[in-house]
Amino acid sequence: MQKYSVFSLIKNAFSNHQNWKVAWKDPTPKSEYDVVIIGGGGHGLATAYYLAKEHNIRNVAIIEKGWIGGGNVGRNTTIIRSNFMYDANARFNEFGMDLWRNLSQELNFNVMFSPRGIINLAHSDAQMNAYARRGNSMRLNGIDAKLLDRDEVKKLIPMADFSDEVRFPIFGGLMQPSAGTARHDAVAWGYARQADDMGVDIIQHCEVTGFDVVNGKIKGIRTSRGDIKAKKVGLCVAGSTNILAEKLNMTLPIETHVLQACVSEPVKPLLDGVVTFGAGHFYISQSDKGEMVMGGDLDGYNSYAQRGNLPTIQHVLTGGLALFPFLSRLKMLRTWGGIMDMSMDGSPIIDKTHIEGLYLNCGWCYGGFKSTPVSGWTFAHTIAQDQVHELNSELRLNRFSTGHLLDEKGLGTKTWIG
Amino acid sequence: MLYIKCPYCGLRAQKEFSYGGDATVKRPNINEEVSREDWDNFVYMRKSPRGKHIELWQHIAGCRQWIKVQRDTATHEIFQTAKVTEEIR
Repeated sequence: MQKYSVFSLIKNAFSNHQNWKVAWKDPTPKSEYDVVIIGGGGHGLATAYYLAKEHNIRNVAIIEKGWIGGGNVGRNTTIIRSNFMYDANARFNEFGMDLWRNLSQELNFNVMFSPRGIINLAHSDAQMNAYARRGNSMRLNGIDAKLLDRDEVKKLIPMADFSDEVRFPIFGGLMQPSAGTARHDAVAWGYARQADDMGVDIIQHCEVTGFDVVNGKIKGIRTSRGDIKAKKVGLCVAGSTNILAEKLNMTLPIETHVLQACVSEPVKPLLDGVVTFGAGHFYISQSDKGEMVMGGDLDGYNSYAQRGNLPTIQHVLTGGLALFPFLSRLKMLRTWGGIMDMSMDGSPIIDKTHIEGLYLNCGWCYGGFKSTPVSGWTFAHTIAQDQVHELNSELRLNRFSTGHLLDEKGLGTKTWIG
Repeated sequence: MLYIKCPYCGLRAQKEFSYGGDATVKRPNINEEVSREDWDNFVYMRKSPRGKHIELWQHIAGCRQWIKVQRDTATHEIFQTAKVTEEIR
């Protein structure tokens, strides 16, 4: 594989950048693979990469209906964090933070991981107490957490509305300084390039139409480009999980909803980290290009449309204006939507299924991007070893029937509220 | 903006309504032994189909009645609405 470096950049400049090799091939599907991963998003690509790298399983195909990185890995707001209270979620995502820190070097692809911090704003004494508790839980799991008072928040985001007239005055906030953002497309491309180099077939524009299950064991998949035999099959399809589950006669604790995000025109640097304004259903960061990247609530009804409606954007930006009045002077550049696999407790599922050789990776709600490396890492382990790793030992499918929920936000089963 | 025809009030904007989820989920009968599986199916398991979906909405900024709506989850087209006591087929 061609190594990317400043020297290769200079070398290729002399030939007008006409001689770069393709980053990944466009192979025809083989008739049989050891492992087939359905879904060429961040999690699917990461899974294939760690299967090859950590478990030396290289006869692997990624089957993608559209093109790699065209789904949620290209539609998120690039936030990376591990500010969870429950042990299972905290350990899982903090392991992921370690993978993030070294990802650019490991993939030889600049994913622009930028740990600039995330602040969750608090607007009452009770919320400050809750954040103190969450921060302590995080620290017990080795995650950096800082409880900020009003003045400390003001130093970090002086452009926020600190006047007396606001509906939700800022009392303080909880900060995870090691959280941050990364370039989402680069994550997909970096994993794809390395996986391809280790022998993984990345098969795009290939739709899965059915599964071959014999005596409770997976034998292969049927696709728009022919049948493919497989010893093991992993599902990494986020918002399309229920569609494939239906083909397997499975019902899952998942509902699919559309989530929108938007960016403003680019402006000079003014916001360093990520700020979440939960009371206003709004969060914001500034991209390296200078755009204000904003998001908030789900549209709030089951949807497979990768686009949303205007009322939700208006609702989100109303909250945004309450916190940051300067936003009123910015033009909106674009809005878009992605479809979320909302699990019934807000936490993901990485597990085996009742079908032998079929593995499930879903339920990411709207926090899948940050977990891309650790999701791929643990899913690869689960597939390769046919057993869950300690890190995803609580992210089981049966936790709903046994009552071991990971309801981080305590919202219950109304996924459209969360 | 979705426009939903409330069976009581007529066609109104989506902003007047709040969502109530899948209307086909049935609560197990009261005063009978409920298996763990039936309870799971009621509380957690959802088909969440791509296409026609029968769901509950409440006309919260109107008559406050719960209604049923049959809507396409891929195109957002609304085919039919009914009172919550009525069947949609």
